[in-house]
Amino acid sequence: MIRALLLTTLLASPAFADEVWVTNEADNTVSVIDANSLKVLHSFDTGERPRGITFSRDFKRVYICASDSDAVQVMDPDTGEILHDLPSGEDPEQFVIAPDDRLLYIANEDDAITTVVDTQTRKVVAQIDVGVEPEGMGISPDGKVQVTTSETTNMAHWIDTETHKIIANSLVDPRPRHAEFSPDGAQLWVSSEIGGTVAIFDTSDHSEIGKISFTLKGVRPEKIQPVGMRFSPDASKVFIALGPANHIAVVDAKTLEVEKYILVGRRVWHMATSPDQTKLFTTNGVSGDVTVIDIATLEPIDTVKVGRFPWGAAARPTSK
Amino acid sequence: MRIQWLIGVCAALLLGAPASSETLRIDWLEHQVTPPPILSNIAAVPESLGLDGTRLAIGDIRTTGRFTGQDYALNETVIAPQDDFLGAAKSVLADGAKVLVVKAPAPDLLALADLPEAKDVLILDASTQDDALRGDDCRRNVLHTAPSYAMRADALAQFILFKKWRKLALISGQLPEDLAFTAALKRALTKFGLTLAGEKEWAFDADMRRAAAAEVPLFTQDLPDHDLLLVSDEPGDFARYIAYNSWLPRPLAGSEGLKPVGWSGVVEQYGAAQLQNRFREAAGREMAQGDFAAWVAVAALGEAFTRTQSTDPATLRRYLLSDEFRLAGFLGRPLSFRNWNGQLRQPIPLVTERALTALAPLEGFLHQTNELDTLGIDAPESTCAAFGDSQ
Repeated sequence: MIRALLLTTLLASPAFADEVWVTNEADNTVSVIDANSLKVLHSFDTGERPRGITFSRDFKRVYICASDSDAVQVMDPDTGEILHDLPSGEDPEQFVIAPDDRLLYIANEDDAITTVVDTQTRKVVAQIDVGVEPEGMGISPDGKVQVTTSETTNMAHWIDTETHKIIANSLVDPRPRHAEFSPDGAQLWVSSEIGGTVAIFDTSDHSEIGKISFTLKGVRPEKIQPVGMRFSPDASKVFIALGPANHIAVVDAKTLEVEKYILVGRRVWHMATSPDQTKLFTTNGVSGDVTVIDIATLEPIDTVKVGRFPWGAAARPTSK
Repeated sequence: MRIQWLIGVCAALLLGAPASSETLRIDWLEHQVTPPPILSNIAAVPESLGLDGTRLAIGDIRTTGRFTGQDYALNETVIAPQDDFLGAAKSVLADGAKVLVVKAPAPDLLALADLPEAKDVLILDASTQDDALRGDDCRRNVLHTAPSYAMRADALAQFILFKKWRKLALISGQLPEDLAFTAALKRALTKFGLTLAGEKEWAFDADMRRAAAAEVPLFTQDLPDHDLLLVSDEPGDFARYIAYNSWLPRPLAGSEGLKPVGWSGVVEQYGAAQLQNRFREAAGREMAQGDFAAWVAVAALGEAFTRTQSTDPATLRRYLLSDEFRLAGFLGRPLSFRNWNGQLRQPIPLVTERALTALAPLEGFLHQTNELDTLGIDAPESTCAAFGDSQ
């Protein structure tokens, strides 16, 4: 029995010592979690109030929005060393990297601007006026359309990445926090924190094709506040973090029905999928931890203590 | 036909071109008051309290309007303490004002609301806290965005109960606003099953900046033992000198110490930090309750105009009082209006000088429809009769 366990561990861990990175908003650090052992491997210092985090598509760099330092920091994920800052505009909160791995689209929350930065030349390519408090950032899989949501204007702004002009604006329910394209690029999902809903748009004509509401037994409707969203690896489901409702909703991507609610830590924000696509990691802001969910069974399997107010999450494969 | 029109609107919105060039006119109408004299010479009430919140919100909703093809015009009318408020209000109405955000004492507000020419306008009261204006003296054409005294007092009482502080004492000032807050505090204590062990009226006219250390211990010596000393001193006259000078070393709450307020510079969660940054940059000071009440009033009008695409006061009012209206107000829960008296439902921060201590309603204070209705006068006990058709 022990031998069998050992063998499994040996087989599983060295080959895929993948990592999940979490920004700790109130500690000015990132925690690096081993996706298999679920231990915190490192804690690296960042600028002030780190929130959005994403890896370059080749995983050689990690970008971190240090909101109160007014900087996007570029870190070497192997050493934790901050290599340089990118010109980010004021108060960067979230961002998204283009499929070409070069342009970074940054939401400047205090300035009502989306800033486009070339990560190679480290220059600002464009600044686009959007609504008040831009936050959610999505990009279509083909890289042709970027969507910025503005929290106080209650809109999704569709931006043509060639001209850097707004081509459409879609009104959504109050306080949109996150925008996520379906992996096939056909749909855009937008979560509205105060509206308590998720709107789904057809990307071909920007029309709204559905809206999801949530009901949780014993939880007041006003506490159900959808924020982060992520498609399951096979794109059949969408995981939606419900903030202070302390649950992840699992939604069937076709029928738009909620299949299940998974209990996680307090004030759940964002999620990352392990690179082997078996686990989902959720950042729980108030409880200061990360819930690990088995994607096959949709059951929580562990809780990992990280820093104070974990917010953003991103994963990278480190198998050699 | 109807459907076609809808598609037309959507298409225009999608192209980012103005859907219409309609402008909502919002009037800021303020009757300045001469504040009562207070002992301290520091930190006077900012003259632009409220108006700064209005201006910030106009900027916010105008940004939204850029994408919906809607615009806003803000007309500011500020009347000096000695000048005729009602006369000025009449001219503003004669000039075509239909939607007003008002900062004026209760008698002025009522006089305005009762003008025949104001019958069909929409008035958002962004300053008064009087419970009578939400009860017997409510008016159909007036909505209130500042929390009432009762809401603030209930928030504090919830916290006292949560802390299991059973022995309470109270010191009250004698100005009308002190008496109103004292009445609300007493009502809240009764509502939550708490009692006062003792109370005193503040009746000094000495200069406390010099005498506090000598006078306050004696003044508080004969109060029965207490866990918490409540103070009702709304203009901020004397209570600051009671802190640390009381006979027993006890924390203060109410108008000083731990304060239940509609807003404060220390509120930072739920995205509030962004609003605070914008306000600080624009006004050069911390955002206070009066600023937030004005910001919320204008933001609510913007939301109603965006969703209804109408400048008609009746349409805007109907939307604001409907279940569809949910405003993001940086306090963690959607804000909405009570359809029985026009009061804005809102969480109440309990703050000290430097931190948010708690946010009411506190965990465990339940309500059959909305936990925010554990704060203030709830529908079954409301004496407001003017909102019958809205429910």
